[in-house]
Amino acid sequence: MNKNDNAVLIIGGGIAGIQASLDLAEMGIKVHLVEKDPCIGGRMAQLDKTFPTNDCAICILAPKLADCARHPNITLHTLSEVTNITGDVGNFEVTILKHARFVKEDECINCGECIAKCPKKVLDTFDMKLRNRKAIYLHYLQGVPSVMAIDKENCIYLTKGKCGMCQKVCPKGAINFEDTDKEFMLNIGAIIVATGYDPYDPSPLTQLGYGMIQNVVTSLEFERLLCASGPTKGHVERPSDENPPHKIAFIQCIGSRDIKNNPFCSSICCMYTTKEAMLAYEHDSSVKSYVFYIDMRAAGKGFRKYITRGNREYNISYIKSMVTEIEEDEEGNPVVFYEDMATGELKSMQVDLVVLATSLIPGKDSSELAKVINIELDEYNFLKTAPFAPLDTSRPGIFTCGCARGPMDIPNSVAEASGAAAKAAEILSISEAAVRAAEPVPGSGAVAKD
Amino acid sequence: MSEDVRIGVFICHCGSNIGGVIDCPGLTEYARTLPNVVYAEDNLYTCSETGLAQIKKGIDEYDLNRVIVASCSPRTHEPLFRATCQEKGVNPYLFHFVNIRDQCSWVHMNEPEKATEKAKDLIRMGVARAYHLEPLEKHSVDIVPKALVIGGGIAGMTATLNLANRGFDVKLIEQKEILGGLLNHLHKLYPSHEEASKVLAIRDQVIGHKNISVHTSTIVKDVEGYVGNYKITIANGAESEQFAVGVIIVATGATIFEPTGLYGYDGKKVITQFQLERILKEKSLAANNVVMIQCVGARNEERPYCSNGCMTALKNAKLIREINSNTQVSIVYRDMQTPGTENEKYYRDAREKGIFFVRFDPEKPPVVEESGIRVFNEFIQSEIEIPSDLTVLCTPLVPYANSKDLAQLLKVPQDEHGFFLEAHVKLRPVDFATDGIYVCGCAHWPADVNETIAQAYAAASRASTILMNRTLEVEGSIANVDEDLCVGCGICIKLCPYDAITRTEEGLAHVREVVCKGCGLCGASCPERAITVLHFTDDQILSQIGILLEDN
Repeated sequence: MNKNDNAVLIIGGGIAGIQASLDLAEMGIKVHLVEKDPCIGGRMAQLDKTFPTNDCAICILAPKLADCARHPNITLHTLSEVTNITGDVGNFEVTILKHARFVKEDECINCGECIAKCPKKVLDTFDMKLRNRKAIYLHYLQGVPSVMAIDKENCIYLTKGKCGMCQKVCPKGAINFEDTDKEFMLNIGAIIVATGYDPYDPSPLTQLGYGMIQNVVTSLEFERLLCASGPTKGHVERPSDENPPHKIAFIQCIGSRDIKNNPFCSSICCMYTTKEAMLAYEHDSSVKSYVFYIDMRAAGKGFRKYITRGNREYNISYIKSMVTEIEEDEEGNPVVFYEDMATGELKSMQVDLVVLATSLIPGKDSSELAKVINIELDEYNFLKTAPFAPLDTSRPGIFTCGCARGPMDIPNSVAEASGAAAKAAEILSISEAAVRAAEPVPGSGAVAKD
Repeated sequence: MSEDVRIGVFICHCGSNIGGVIDCPGLTEYARTLPNVVYAEDNLYTCSETGLAQIKKGIDEYDLNRVIVASCSPRTHEPLFRATCQEKGVNPYLFHFVNIRDQCSWVHMNEPEKATEKAKDLIRMGVARAYHLEPLEKHSVDIVPKALVIGGGIAGMTATLNLANRGFDVKLIEQKEILGGLLNHLHKLYPSHEEASKVLAIRDQVIGHKNISVHTSTIVKDVEGYVGNYKITIANGAESEQFAVGVIIVATGATIFEPTGLYGYDGKKVITQFQLERILKEKSLAANNVVMIQCVGARNEERPYCSNGCMTALKNAKLIREINSNTQVSIVYRDMQTPGTENEKYYRDAREKGIFFVRFDPEKPPVVEESGIRVFNEFIQSEIEIPSDLTVLCTPLVPYANSKDLAQLLKVPQDEHGFFLEAHVKLRPVDFATDGIYVCGCAHWPADVNETIAQAYAAASRASTILMNRTLEVEGSIANVDEDLCVGCGICIKLCPYDAITRTEEGLAHVREVVCKGCGLCGASCPERAITVLHFTDDQILSQIGILLEDN
């Protein structure tokens, strides 16, 4: 049973995919971890801290990233995607497309000389476009593998055939402009889809002013503003004048619980908003936060206590309300118009900054992926799972966990990831037992018996 | 010290966690001045792959044989840095951790200069200790490839079946007469309205499985040993049995809080949701107006947590309306807990199906009277009366009273409510801090059936990371008895919280290496100074104290 040759494919290198990989690898099972970005880490890597302990996200994630990179049973395929799956449970043939990085992974030492010289600036999507990166870049500071990648849409050499500064300065000769996309096949016993979520873009909700009022930001943008490795080095500044905000409004259910957008509840916003308001207070104890919410959803372990703490110790007021509109005054301050549900009155409040708690929506690639690997989606485009079999997709041998199947917090994602690993391991045991039954080998039947 | 001691010091900014308070470059300069330090540098994140590469490069280029990282906390990061040293041939016990985040930048964030001075002291002490560090070897022990699962509800059965299907022998213990737990008492389950008994069909697979032995009406009497080799005694009445397992899964579930004295609870006209389940199962509902009150005995001073009971109320409200659409059902609630995709849809559907919802403020709770209930309706800003001939109270799940006994036997912690406490809320949700013991389902926190099933698989996964390996490495920093000095007084045997010390035939103290956690109680208490705790020797500790007092 130990050291199974039959491997598991994990699609998605966020915290769910990472946890599933590590569990399986510890069991002695070979894992192929496929990630579309240049580095693993996913959404959790973008967070500053995590509720309800306020642990620094990257501090608890980084050891797991390093474990993934170091583990002899895990093969990382970054900048990669699954383009086809044939075969059946226990014996899938998987086609992987690995996109060109244009940087040799085993040569790059992450010295940063190339970044310093690269003349082309590009909006950094990891930092929610709040600052620029270069066309050659490290996906994020603690990213694994810690090697550069060239963005071919923006690289001057790759688009116009001139420049090549990075190649000139690289002390290791790691730049390879000749690199090409490569396709290869893997034989796989079981598959776990852990492709996570995308944040909802609130631009269509014009009444909220996002994209028009500078001091209206999304929660993930605010997370980057709080973060030490973010665009403002952890100094919370409002976009219009770079002044520290003292009065912040957090608006809940943006794009969630809204039949015109996403009818579902995004599960984690009440909690992450409280966290962000706490962190804003920790940065500057003059900060007063107002949370405009519909129902306070805090049923997880220690969550209620966390909300109470936010209210009592971090200067956070919770207002049960419906926000109708956000306007901007002459000084660029947002003004929130809302109906106070406790009294039924229509009110307004001027604040320095508005943070929109945006919904968690299915990844934009998940419907494409579902088609490619032939699994069903639910009515919202999350991966469909069966009642009382929360980790099973519609196709035998393919499992799922975390936000790929619906919005959930990190502990649930981690538990589900371990759970999906157990289910994948069960498939391998069963198919291995079937092989063994077909070809009896002396001595190999003594599985887990004394 | 015969060899030349060459110490490298790596100081981590941890983004701004440390660097935002402490002068890290200054600290690095300072470290360079300390004896035997041949190399020092500061990194934005020493734990990043880049930072780790710097440690390895330092070991290569400066021939380091001691490595110090001054950063966050050994709790999360010591294994990583030790492994990095080992990769470069430096014994992991020659690594020393200096905690300048938890102990400096976090606790003294408003006094950056003093925090920096304290960090200097801690680094100086670390360097003094590193000089005295000695290489240690880890021991390996054989693993018994079997599991004990405590609790035969849906959580325990799911975990058991997964492990058994993977070839491991599992002992499943249930204190009641039958397997099934709380689901035995439930009618239908949300959101699909599947009958609970159908979900419990897994019971037949468990009972018939060749790798599973089921023990009902049985409790755990005694637990000894350690990960990979727990010696278990179980008892069924007067009969007891002993066996060994490698891992233990706690799936003991929870029970329903009984709302004695609340809202006129009498079990007849004012009942719990749990009692309503039975009425619905027996098809004996006789009421025209049903009012459900949420958060009874929950979200209060005594039990401040939310037990996630809204879905249960919604489900039973819908089922009542399905039986007879003329029955009025009202739900009086505080915050409707229907997170996620399916639950929220279920809630919206309930609203559309004519169930009446009233939100109440805990300052103005509903009052149950003979003909109905009175409650302040915020929406219309006045008190209303809802007629009721059956009032149903939604009460929280609470831990079983005897879970405390189990916690003591297993030496695992519980939280302030009595739910079992995991190793790390975020990233180790089903592990206990004690190796080889795991938790899932409502024993950990109120969870619905789907969450419970996912956690049960998770516990099985974590448990099998141990079981799939034949042997296990154990910590090298453990107590060591000098038999020439030991007089057999037995003080250490009494004090050891892990029962790690036994007597030799000569009556002297003997440390069972695998059980010892290196806590040091024995070493500190031995009147003959016969016990040395490896990696925390007198030399190592006194050198730290000495250098601190010397320079102050």
